[in-house]
Amino acid sequence: MSATAELTGADRPPKRSGLEAGKAHRNYIPYLLLLPGLLWLAVFFAVPLISLFSTSLYDPDGSLIEGYRMTWHFANYVDAVQAYAPQFLRSFLYAGVATALALLIGYPLAYTIAFKAGRWKNLLLVAVIAPFFASFLVRTLAWTTILADNGLVVETLRDIGVLGANGRLLATPVAVVTGLTYNFLPFVVLPLYASLEKIDRRLIEAAADLYSSSAVAFRRVTFPLSLPGVVAGTLLTFIPAAGDFINAALLGTPSTYMIGNVIESQFLQVTDYPTAAALSVLLMASIVILVAAYVRKSGTEELV
Amino acid sequence: MTRPTERVERPGHAESRRQPERGGQPERPAHAEPAGPGGGGVLDLVGLTKRFGAFTAVDGIDLTVPAGSFFALLGPSGCGKTTTLRMIAGLENPTSGQILLDGADVSSRKAHKRPVNTVFQNYALFPHLSIFENVAFGLRRRGIKKVDTQVEEMLELVELGGYGRRRPGQLSGGQQQRVALARALINRPQVLLLDEPLGALDLKLRRQMQIELKRIQTEVGITFVHVTHDQEEAMTMADTVAVMNQGRVDQLGEPEELYDNPASTYVANFLGQSNLLRVRVRERSGGDVVVDAGGPRLLRLPAARCVSGSDEIFVGIRPEKVHIGTRSAVASEVSGEVAGEVADGMNQLDGVVTDASFTGMSTQYLVRLAWGQEITVFVQNLSGARIRPGTEVTVSWEAGHSFGLDAAQDAHAGERDQQAGSAPAGSEAVETST
Repeated sequence: MSATAELTGADRPPKRSGLEAGKAHRNYIPYLLLLPGLLWLAVFFAVPLISLFSTSLYDPDGSLIEGYRMTWHFANYVDAVQAYAPQFLRSFLYAGVATALALLIGYPLAYTIAFKAGRWKNLLLVAVIAPFFASFLVRTLAWTTILADNGLVVETLRDIGVLGANGRLLATPVAVVTGLTYNFLPFVVLPLYASLEKIDRRLIEAAADLYSSSAVAFRRVTFPLSLPGVVAGTLLTFIPAAGDFINAALLGTPSTYMIGNVIESQFLQVTDYPTAAALSVLLMASIVILVAAYVRKSGTEELV
Repeated sequence: MTRPTERVERPGHAESRRQPERGGQPERPAHAEPAGPGGGGVLDLVGLTKRFGAFTAVDGIDLTVPAGSFFALLGPSGCGKTTTLRMIAGLENPTSGQILLDGADVSSRKAHKRPVNTVFQNYALFPHLSIFENVAFGLRRRGIKKVDTQVEEMLELVELGGYGRRRPGQLSGGQQQRVALARALINRPQVLLLDEPLGALDLKLRRQMQIELKRIQTEVGITFVHVTHDQEEAMTMADTVAVMNQGRVDQLGEPEELYDNPASTYVANFLGQSNLLRVRVRERSGGDVVVDAGGPRLLRLPAARCVSGSDEIFVGIRPEKVHIGTRSAVASEVSGEVAGEVADGMNQLDGVVTDASFTGMSTQYLVRLAWGQEITVFVQNLSGARIRPGTEVTVSWEAGHSFGLDAAQDAHAGERDQQAGSAPAGSEAVETST
């Protein structure tokens, strides 16, 4: 928007009067257009973020009733890490596994929809999105039925000996990771589909023409060109999954709790605001670092 | 950079391909492994047919493309030329028929197993790879590890030395086109397929690339099969042109032969422009066909140039082969120098000029004949004198320039295709407004 506005401005032959005013006027337009978004971000992102960060440095001896004092208590972070390191690691582990699984399931699905589905394409896309019509909570709760001890899945697994006679799925890490994978699968499929759909089929023909079997053409052409979708999909899955607490709460036990569960209980049950805030800031910072490293490594900037 | 390779001793045939450096002009390096005398392969299509459901895209084509030739498949969009090319490349499976490369049937081989490479219509360069890797792609897939020298030399051949590290998106259309060519050529295919390779370029660049392509083809000696809808492009570059129409080859031959002696109204109209007169055959005698066009004088054409044996035929004449003169001028000219020849050598018709348009190097006249048909005449602007509309004129042409076609065909076949398909090239033939 702003680029075109400037360009047309530059292309005009210089006229003396009235132009200066017009030019100045035009230069404000981009900022004017940005204003609502900026205001929104300021009120609902920047202010809460600062507030969160300062809360994380409050005196931990305070309470909601007595009020908190700002003491720049950086030790909150040390305490939080010492107390909840396992939940932190578990969060990233579960989120990582769920992302990998979602990619494994989602890539073939997106590939099929983009390249092989023909007239079923739209129907399949709707099917991918359909779960969103039901609430996140309801969908997750449904898995408690699917994975229930006397449910079909568990009984079958017991029968074929994958699970022991008393083995169960519910309240295990498997259930939590399954829930996460399921809930975030569409976030992998949709960007991947968009990426794959965009690929010029003639490139794949060109690869075949240049001595590539289908497998090689996929590895050398299709997959590299779908990387933006892979990166987008994995980020859209990993980031919310790492902070998720619903799946662990509904499908797991305290021993499978993730950092989201801790933050939730610190804020809402224990009402230890400084610790909860410190954990939130830590979670945010570590995700930013991980994501930055990931994007840099996958080198997708060059692709676009 | 090219010096060391030039000093290497080569067997005779390789030597002959290299032009020695002359006159201080930096010489373009020849390819590392010049193709031997049989660098290109012979391509045979036998009864090649492709149907998409009820639609027959390619209808039993039989052709032989000699080794090392530049062959053009010419036709309007939808005539099946691209489908033919895709079948040769292995990107489309023939419904029936065979594709033979140097005698070996490759019809059922997958694309990646055929010694054939394609320059795609919109180049289809890999956007995620550098120019170098694009060109090296085929070599790498065949497990060749050391590709640097070959790629560099190929980039030099297409005049893109030093561009190896760029991405396709950073190159202009013409440059991308040359990368696509290099990417295909580096594999030394037996046959190189070009699918409208110049279609996306502007006119000037297209002209330049036509000459470039022809040069490169001569240099590498590979068999080129070129698909195009541009009749001028086909005639400029190809040794042999096959004119395709509705899935069949209408006529095949050297460009001059096709132009001078078309065998169907389709070819006559699609390749350049033709005046077609419906006439009755009076007699066939002494190697001549004498016909009655309805005018006062009879017309003649050589029997060898008449493909039809029926009583009603079309007599065709190219607009630039027709002379035009005001009645009196012709009369005096005829009486003066060519009077004796009029009967045997020249065909004459009377008419009235209805339109005269100046097109730069020539003037295009429309002349209405006695029975209402208009014929087009191109006259080179040698003198400034122009004939005004309304003037009574006589048009004449050498009997030997006429051609005879079967009158059962549509006289206008191919006209619309030509106007739709052909780019407005420089030749007068295309710049008409009929």
